[in-house]
Amino acid sequence: MMMDLTPTVFDLRLTSAVIVGKLARIASRRLGTGGGTSLPGALARRVDPGTIGKLARQLPQGNLLVTGTNGKTTTSRLLASILGNSGWQPVHNRAGANLASGLATALVTQANLVGRASADSGLFEVDEAVFTQVLSTFSPRVVLLTNLFRDQLDRYGEIDLIATRWREALRQLSPATTVVINADDPAVAALGRDLAAPVIYFGVDAPSDHKALDHVADSRRCPFCGSPLEYEVVRYAHLGDYCCPKGDFRRPPLDVAATRIVSHGVESTDVVVTGPFGTRDWRFGLPGLYNVYNLLAAVAAATAAGAPVAAVDTTLANFSAAFGRLEQIRVGDRTLFFALIKNPVGFTEVLRTILADSEPKDCAFFINDNLADGTDVSWLWDAQVETVAERCRSAIVSGTRAGDMAVRLKYAGVSADRIQTIDSIEKGLDVGLASLAPGGTLYVLPTYTAMLELRTIVSRRHYANHFWDD
Amino acid sequence: MDLTIGYLYATGMNVYGDRGNILTLVQRCRWRGINVEVIERGVGENSSLDRFDLLFAGGGQDRDQIAVSKDLQEDTGRALIDAVEREVVVLTICGTYQLLGHSFKTGTGDVLPGLGIFDASTEAGPRRFIGDVIVDVRLADGTLSLVGFENHSGRTFLHSGAPLGTVLVGAGNNGDDRTEGASYKNAFGTYLHGPLLPKNPGFADHLIRLALARRYGDVELPSLDDRLELAAHQAMIERIRRRGRVNSGVR
Repeated sequence: MMMDLTPTVFDLRLTSAVIVGKLARIASRRLGTGGGTSLPGALARRVDPGTIGKLARQLPQGNLLVTGTNGKTTTSRLLASILGNSGWQPVHNRAGANLASGLATALVTQANLVGRASADSGLFEVDEAVFTQVLSTFSPRVVLLTNLFRDQLDRYGEIDLIATRWREALRQLSPATTVVINADDPAVAALGRDLAAPVIYFGVDAPSDHKALDHVADSRRCPFCGSPLEYEVVRYAHLGDYCCPKGDFRRPPLDVAATRIVSHGVESTDVVVTGPFGTRDWRFGLPGLYNVYNLLAAVAAATAAGAPVAAVDTTLANFSAAFGRLEQIRVGDRTLFFALIKNPVGFTEVLRTILADSEPKDCAFFINDNLADGTDVSWLWDAQVETVAERCRSAIVSGTRAGDMAVRLKYAGVSADRIQTIDSIEKGLDVGLASLAPGGTLYVLPTYTAMLELRTIVSRRHYANHFWDD
Repeated sequence: MDLTIGYLYATGMNVYGDRGNILTLVQRCRWRGINVEVIERGVGENSSLDRFDLLFAGGGQDRDQIAVSKDLQEDTGRALIDAVEREVVVLTICGTYQLLGHSFKTGTGDVLPGLGIFDASTEAGPRRFIGDVIVDVRLADGTLSLVGFENHSGRTFLHSGAPLGTVLVGAGNNGDDRTEGASYKNAFGTYLHGPLLPKNPGFADHLIRLALARRYGDVELPSLDDRLELAAHQAMIERIRRRGRVNSGVR
């Protein structure tokens, strides 16, 4: 690993950039204007466009980058905890600000005034479009690719396009980088071919007889010859054990695999994982099959970086959800269950997870179409909302695209008299809470910016006595 | 009454929620007691389209559009041309709309042959048109406003024949001539995702009425409680008027 702890030349430009960034951070915190996770880095990069590279390449343990459509934030949080329990001190863009400005902010914040790093490693979740722009800047130790699903098509474009750009970028990597890849996602697994960098594959090998792809599956064709892929097992969306009938491509052998999965409703999951470290039997405090993938991704990346598997044991003993990611908050004798939704696969899997029991559900859908959410809400129609129709006792809809969600629910089969459109998210939350029976749970499904708004409301009202550092 | 819908290329050409159009047609028939059946037809099935009253196809990624273009040069394409001539109702969105014209010259310079049902041709342009759209459509009994979302780099130019409507907000066919979509007999093509029909229930009913009329003569569709649909439609129009069209594309 390249190390540059004692720069021979004092870098005036970098020093200025760091100072500007730090001042901006102090100012935005004092003023309470928000933007403290992006603005400082944006300003620092204006002073020194090389800020990210100069700060990141000083980190003696190197950098880990996490990208993909879903699971970046949860996977990075797991990874940060595992690395921490291994004695590392990573700088981490925990708040999920994953554009270049967010990466720079995290780096500037941990540096001292002359631009020397105080962390020993970097852990960054990176937006899937930004990833190709920053990859060479980092010369990372580990790159982790979680999955590729359709998401904000107005911004990212179709997934074939992203995969093509990733492939070009990954081919520039040297053998000093390890690439960790979700083998069960054919669009991502195909990128592991013909790289100079070594590849580690993770995936699920637990028994299942589910073979049918549903309509949310994006990557149905062999990335090499275009033939429809054949699936031995489908996990969800287009994830599973697949092969090309012409023999051009099949799921790569797994280096890190979940061989047994037992779900405990919306509370937790038991997972048996086999890897180069042996076999472990873990209880994981998050529900949902997609969180099993997040766990596998984090374990594969952490062990690839040299972390001992015992550090994972420690992490899983007390891991809790990131805000709004399947998080439960008590409000008096009622419960708010928050689950972020942002694309069809995520929405479908969140519904599958919360519908694991057979109880009727009171739901609140907060749908915004700000830039960070995606301005095209057609994805609501790609999600399998039909699954909730019979079980939905009441539905609150709010947010800038409440009307679209109301129509979606109606055509999914929720009768119109159960759908209530409320003109603000805060009021929607109140109406939802008030309509619950004592002991009841309101299932709150917000898009990204709606979730940020909810977080402000929940903090202001002191609903939870812990606070989020992210 | 019975209505049989053919959903063409459902697995590949289904990227922008276009399946919502099928859900809308199905539910609006069911709520009126019309028996509706949806049958999917994929690439390579080359089967007859004779039994269908209404055919629908959506948009997709380049790889899938190429596969569909090839498929339409076989029996399915001939069957589709025949269906249009028999005045079967056809709705095509984006990628399949382009293939109902004469040809689509892609960004890489390849030319995908089309069916020539619409006297139009399409060429990839230098940037994508992405954002909200409002279109006015003139029907026999008045003007209907459609709201939707477009996301396309293809520029479609009509040589003769009618557009689907006139663009009030957005780019439409090509960003130049204020036309959007195409229509010929009972076949319609449009760039509008969103998806199109849920927030435009009047147009959904127009298609259902045309399809039933072919089989049963003029029919009166019982009206439905469309308050949610019309509220969502109106909310979009007001929102676009208030803040303008958002161009979110970063590419």
